[in-house]
Amino acid sequence: MNSIEFNSITEAKEALDQKRLSVTELINLFFDLIKETDQNYHCFLELNYDSAIRQAQAIDQDFENKISKPLKGIPIALKDNIVTKGLRTTCGSKILQSWIPPYDATVVKKLKEAGAIVVGKTNMDEFAMGSSTEYSAFGPTKNPLDTSCVPGGSSGGSAAAIAASLSLGALGSDTGGSIRQPAAFCGVVGVKPTYGRVSRFGLVAFASSLDQIGPFARNVNDAALLLDVVSGNDPMDSTSLNVAATNFFKSLNSEVAGLKVGLIKELTDQCDQVVKETIQKLCDLLADYNVVISEISMPSLEYSLPAYYLIAPAEASSNLARFDGVRYGLRIDGSSAKDMMIKTRTEGFGNEVKRRIMLGTYVLSHGYYDAYYLKALKVRTLIKKEFEKAYQNYDLLICPTTPTLPFKLGERMADPVSMYLSDLCTIPSNLAGHPSISVPFGPKVKNFQVGIQVLANELDEQKMFNLAKFIEEADE
Amino acid sequence: MNKEFQTVIGLEVHCELKTETKLWCNCPNRFGESPNSLICPICLGLPGSLPVLNEEAFRLAIKIGLALNCNINSCIFHRKNYFYPDMPKNYQISQYDMPLNTDGFIILPGGKKVGIIRAHLEEDTGKTIHSGSTGRLDVSKEALVDYNRAGVPLVEIVSAPDIESPQQAREYVEELRLILLSIGASDVKMEEGSLRVDANVSVRQPGEPFGTRCEIKNLNSLRSLVKAIDYEIARQSEILSSGEAVIQETRHFNESDGKTHALRSKEEAHDYRYFPDPDLGFFEPDVELVKTLKESLGELPRQKRTKLTKILGADVLTNVNVNLILEYQLDELILKTIGLGADPKITFNRVVNEVMNLYPNINHLSPERFKEIIDLEVSKKITPNQAKTLISQVSQLGREPKEIIQELNLASLDEQALKDIIKKVIKDNQEVWQRFVKGDEKPLKFLVGQVMKATQGRADGQAVTKILIEQKSIA
Repeated sequence: MNSIEFNSITEAKEALDQKRLSVTELINLFFDLIKETDQNYHCFLELNYDSAIRQAQAIDQDFENKISKPLKGIPIALKDNIVTKGLRTTCGSKILQSWIPPYDATVVKKLKEAGAIVVGKTNMDEFAMGSSTEYSAFGPTKNPLDTSCVPGGSSGGSAAAIAASLSLGALGSDTGGSIRQPAAFCGVVGVKPTYGRVSRFGLVAFASSLDQIGPFARNVNDAALLLDVVSGNDPMDSTSLNVAATNFFKSLNSEVAGLKVGLIKELTDQCDQVVKETIQKLCDLLADYNVVISEISMPSLEYSLPAYYLIAPAEASSNLARFDGVRYGLRIDGSSAKDMMIKTRTEGFGNEVKRRIMLGTYVLSHGYYDAYYLKALKVRTLIKKEFEKAYQNYDLLICPTTPTLPFKLGERMADPVSMYLSDLCTIPSNLAGHPSISVPFGPKVKNFQVGIQVLANELDEQKMFNLAKFIEEADE
Repeated sequence: MNKEFQTVIGLEVHCELKTETKLWCNCPNRFGESPNSLICPICLGLPGSLPVLNEEAFRLAIKIGLALNCNINSCIFHRKNYFYPDMPKNYQISQYDMPLNTDGFIILPGGKKVGIIRAHLEEDTGKTIHSGSTGRLDVSKEALVDYNRAGVPLVEIVSAPDIESPQQAREYVEELRLILLSIGASDVKMEEGSLRVDANVSVRQPGEPFGTRCEIKNLNSLRSLVKAIDYEIARQSEILSSGEAVIQETRHFNESDGKTHALRSKEEAHDYRYFPDPDLGFFEPDVELVKTLKESLGELPRQKRTKLTKILGADVLTNVNVNLILEYQLDELILKTIGLGADPKITFNRVVNEVMNLYPNINHLSPERFKEIIDLEVSKKITPNQAKTLISQVSQLGREPKEIIQELNLASLDEQALKDIIKKVIKDNQEVWQRFVKGDEKPLKFLVGQVMKATQGRADGQAVTKILIEQKSIA
């Protein structure tokens, strides 16, 4: 038996329930494949082997236990910016290369309570800053669909782990597209929930007002199930929404007739021809199924990328100030405390992180705040309003997840702006705080499919999942 | 050139709130525990941790705003960014342009009204202990950091530049202390750092606009506050008199030489890069909550002082440390005892002379018991000395005055009994007595002492002296 045989969490759960194999055997299958193949991809930075096996054995011994747990025995991979008690958490950075957290993130607690088994921590762009996972201090992850290409980022390790069947589910974080863009590049499903839907307690902050944890999965069903498990109000996170527990998985259906869907013109126009052609095919198909589909113009979205690159670095410059060598992580000794801090940060941060810290420090500086940061906040409000207006007429919006298909390793490293542009279509949802999902669709171009992004209004994940499921089924 | 300068002082007072737990986490808020024993991922600012506002701290901060006659506003928190090892996140969560309390005032006992610009809520930092002689981080070889204080709730109270002298600055801080203590917001111990003061000082010619100010830090006592401002006024006056300009800077008060020393200039001042903390939302004080808190304030020191003056008269209160009476909350005892019918002046004197010294061991001295003692003294059934003994015994033992009088045989002697004892003392000390009779005044003290000894302190010293002199005149 091979882990590749399990196409979904649902299938694996069925196999476990029917006792076709034990949890320990299931987990071992995944570890075997990781050991065999991950050297080709570098999805994982750290494996949780001993603890995972112990957990698996404990579940096996108690498998008759009637308490049904939604993810009992299911292997899950975690992006390495999600804090795990006793398991190294590096954020893909040298500055945290040996940090072992004393606590679990809320999502980790929820996963464990649901019976999930954490197999390991996945590679990422340093502090989630990047779109290719090439900015990891520990070397890039390669796209399992074509190892000469990037898997996208910053949650590239999680996306690639799902694509390479090294885990059944994974969590990532999405600040400007860091779940959806790599999901699109790796041909898997990735979800950025409504801001506040999933607790950020234990997610190492990049840009606090934009960051949101979300799932990667092989299919829409699994993604909905994972989100059900990790979402919910958390008193440890002041920005956590006080809304009822969700049951997206159970309510999922692919009925779309009568839905009003808008194709976002400004974002689609900027995409490569092959991407545009694919989404046009989808639109035709949707029309065939009585979806009311039309093009919608949202002119303010033109400013989302520049606004994002002021707001996110500003927050990051403050969030990353705590990495100073005083309390944890890397320390390079110096002649004074100040000198030690400077040496530690100089040595510990990579260039992209430094670039954003400098940018953020600059835009918050006295005399520049109004011109940059405040203006960006105003643009953000404008974008939110434009979305609000759109959802008065449309149930959902769609556009491609990425303007292009995956690019080659190294191709955009020398040109930060071209790298930033790969998040063009995903950033607006973060600025608005709205949910969106990427689901693969259409004919393969070389080894890749185009990622379709479905955007929904605040807390409207159910509609979003349903359309995504329709797209998934149509693709088959 | 006119050398008479006017002084302009504004004070920034930081007070630690007396909450059970810290501002953003559930760690205990306690002073004096072993270093780094009251910490968790949140107050240590570990990666991934997030703050959640302590509602008790928020309520206390509103109470402070109400006691200082402020407007209570909807507010947000900002991050104040600067690097310092005792600050776990390298930013302090504070309030900036939308603070909780604004535009208040207090009236000092002397009648001066001092404006309160704002009183906002923020978190405290840890404590750095430097090795080396100067205590400055830049030049010491080693530093140890204790994060027990990190995340303790603070309210920063910023006065308007209304204060005109070092004495007035002292009066302002004393009044603020009493207010904070009275509403139960803080234990205001300057020596433990739960109340800290920075002073902004400038001087100017009368009628001129404000002069360039300096901010003085490290004022760890009221004495330092007065000394530092005194020094600073002299320094700035001298600079201006010699035709030079004061430089805007932060200065450090050195207790050992009594001088202020330049710490950093305006150019070296931090750019704090304030921006709204995205981890915390918008806080709107509930109207009902504010109403309830206002009702819970109780009488403030100013009202208590007015009440005392009304009952005792202003002259009784002069030259008495009324603030200490209020700090010890002895005004309640005074007013209740007088309210039961005790003699006001004697009651007050006994509080000032005896009860204040016994504080805080006065739990058993109820107004009823206190009145009984005062009444005994007024009716001369006991002597002032005996009253003193009785107050001390009742306060500490918690028994009824009558019991103690019997047990210690404290009741005053009647005059005949006293005369008999005096006659016996004269008889037993004939040699000394004769010297006294012949005009030597020195033995009087000895004789009084002998009588007091013989009566076991039950006699009134003045009465004994009087009888001895009478006896001398008929001898």
